[in-house]
Amino acid sequence: MNQADQQPTHSQPTDALSEFWKNLKAAPRLLKETAFRTGKPTTDRSRSSFVFGNVFLHLHSVRTHRWSLRWSTTMGLGIASTSAFLITLVTGILLMFYYKPYTDVAYQSIKDLHFVVPTGRFIRNIHRWAANVMVICVMLHMARAFYTAAYRKPREFNWLIGMGLFVTTLGLSFTGYLLPWDQLAYWAITIGANIAQSPRELTDIHNITTWFDPGGLNRLILLGSDKVGPEALIRFYLLHIMILPLVLVALMAVHFWRIRKDGGLARPADATERVGETLEPVQPVFTEKPTKTYHLAALVKGRTPAVGNGPEGTVPSMPHLFYVELSVLMVTTLICLGLALVLDAPLKELANPSVPENPAKAPWYFLGLQEMVAFSAFMGGIGIPTVVLFGLGLIPFLDREKAGTGEWFGGPGGWPLVKRSIWIGLGAALLVEAFVIRFGWLREWFPGIPQLIITFVNPGTVLTLLYAAYSVWLVRKWNSTRAGALGLFTCFLCGFLVLTIIGTYFRGPNWEFFWSPADWPKH
Amino acid sequence: MTVKAGKPKSRLDPEPLPRRDFLGLASLWATAGALFFAALGMLRLPRTAVLSSPSKKFTASLPDNLAEGEAFVPPGRATAIFKDKEGVYAISTICTHLGCVVKPSAEGFECPCHGSRFHPDGTVAKGPAPKPLPWLKISVSGGKVTVDEGTTVKEGTKV
Repeated sequence: MNQADQQPTHSQPTDALSEFWKNLKAAPRLLKETAFRTGKPTTDRSRSSFVFGNVFLHLHSVRTHRWSLRWSTTMGLGIASTSAFLITLVTGILLMFYYKPYTDVAYQSIKDLHFVVPTGRFIRNIHRWAANVMVICVMLHMARAFYTAAYRKPREFNWLIGMGLFVTTLGLSFTGYLLPWDQLAYWAITIGANIAQSPRELTDIHNITTWFDPGGLNRLILLGSDKVGPEALIRFYLLHIMILPLVLVALMAVHFWRIRKDGGLARPADATERVGETLEPVQPVFTEKPTKTYHLAALVKGRTPAVGNGPEGTVPSMPHLFYVELSVLMVTTLICLGLALVLDAPLKELANPSVPENPAKAPWYFLGLQEMVAFSAFMGGIGIPTVVLFGLGLIPFLDREKAGTGEWFGGPGGWPLVKRSIWIGLGAALLVEAFVIRFGWLREWFPGIPQLIITFVNPGTVLTLLYAAYSVWLVRKWNSTRAGALGLFTCFLCGFLVLTIIGTYFRGPNWEFFWSPADWPKH
Repeated sequence: MTVKAGKPKSRLDPEPLPRRDFLGLASLWATAGALFFAALGMLRLPRTAVLSSPSKKFTASLPDNLAEGEAFVPPGRATAIFKDKEGVYAISTICTHLGCVVKPSAEGFECPCHGSRFHPDGTVAKGPAPKPLPWLKISVSGGKVTVDEGTTVKEGTKV
């Protein structure tokens, strides 16, 4: 063997060409291998790397506790909310192909979508129904998190992020409501913008509006003018398609990430025993109980909830969790498509700034608020919602108890307490409403009464105080903050339900009470 | 602060607040302050300075047969104009509750949105409206009236 034979072969021109051919033939396989480096997810190890090696999937933990996969733990409500959001995202982008946010053509472009554009009507219906499904799912998801005490340590912060998602979801729905530029939209936004302006109700009383006018500033920034017009439409459009979706996506990323960092979904301390034997053998990762977390290959000391826990009771997220998530996505899509096939999204006549709709109703999830602003604009539209949101945000920091975490209606009192609270919540709301509808309120009895008294003493505040008093009584009776929270949350849910139903079905022209729309005056 | 000469400081055994940390913190807070004021400045943009709404002044001729206490609402305007023995006067028809347009009726004005009712002079009779309907500046010249929807006048001002 001489020196020349030992030269590396790749320096030969002919061999380089054959190498080129070889590489070209291998390119599809290499593309697949470089995109999915870990290979098929067949073993525990490759299933783990399938999750943490993917930028989208790694928001999930690589293993999921079997308690989290039980239907009754979450009912899939969080994933359903996310799915509904994805559906509105896709259909919303499609609608943007034709929608024009200018007052002279906006209404026509929606009509075009409805009558001319191929599948336009169907896509708009899906968008509308998915938005409604999203609002419902977010509310139910919040109720689920509350009733299973999932907001408790270490999940306090994620509860706050969830509240941010709830408010952003409502904001997205509300801004979308204006875009068709029909009568419904125009007057709902007029009312909404004036609710934003309603701090004036207080500043006017103190005669300080000329130099301190937060209400007027709110309205000016929202509408960009002194009435709902072209500026308002473009602003709501911008909020609807850009600002609020960006906020929502950012909050969602944090929300999901925190679920993983907070040790998965909330579960009882004995969850592992209660779910029983796993379906497949679990290989212990550590031969003795670990004292560190999985972060950075178990190098980092920390206080995160994964510290001290082995993989007992868990299964690989791939495929178990992902199959569940995909099936919830499918069910949500099915529901939205089904509703979109049966029921059209409404479109009233073109917006007319001189003649309000009578009755002018906001979207259904704001009708409870509208019922309250019919007592006092500031208290109903800003005061009470702020107090409720503040109270919801405080819950995880006030309830530091342990009993019942991860259990439905967990905590002192449990389901019997919630059941009684449902009756009290419904009863109090119905009583207050019935009283107001039958006898009127302060101004009907004392025509000269100052506005300040009405702002602070109106059916909305009375109902809130009744609920608060009941809750304080519960805290004392059960000697537990959780019991009070259970009662208060249930009461507010019931009050919301009663006000929404009255606003939706029993209010007619001039916001008067009618047993049925058939009794509405003809003109 | 002064650093004592002689004994070298290691990174693992730092001074209470070394110069580098001080400079680092100062630049961090400077950045935060700059971002804060930049955000404030950016808020100036959406705060509209010139409102795009049409002129608030308009001129209209009253119908000849306008009865006393009967409202005349010029088309496309949110103003009710009345005429009686003392003169003409204009009352805004924008509800002081949440901005719906109220409808003049025999008993005064009624709001379709949340059920506020107003007396014929604009004062609140019923419902959630916090303030009376404002009276607007009106002037008469040559059989025509000119109303300025942007200027309110004292209740009872008739010309």
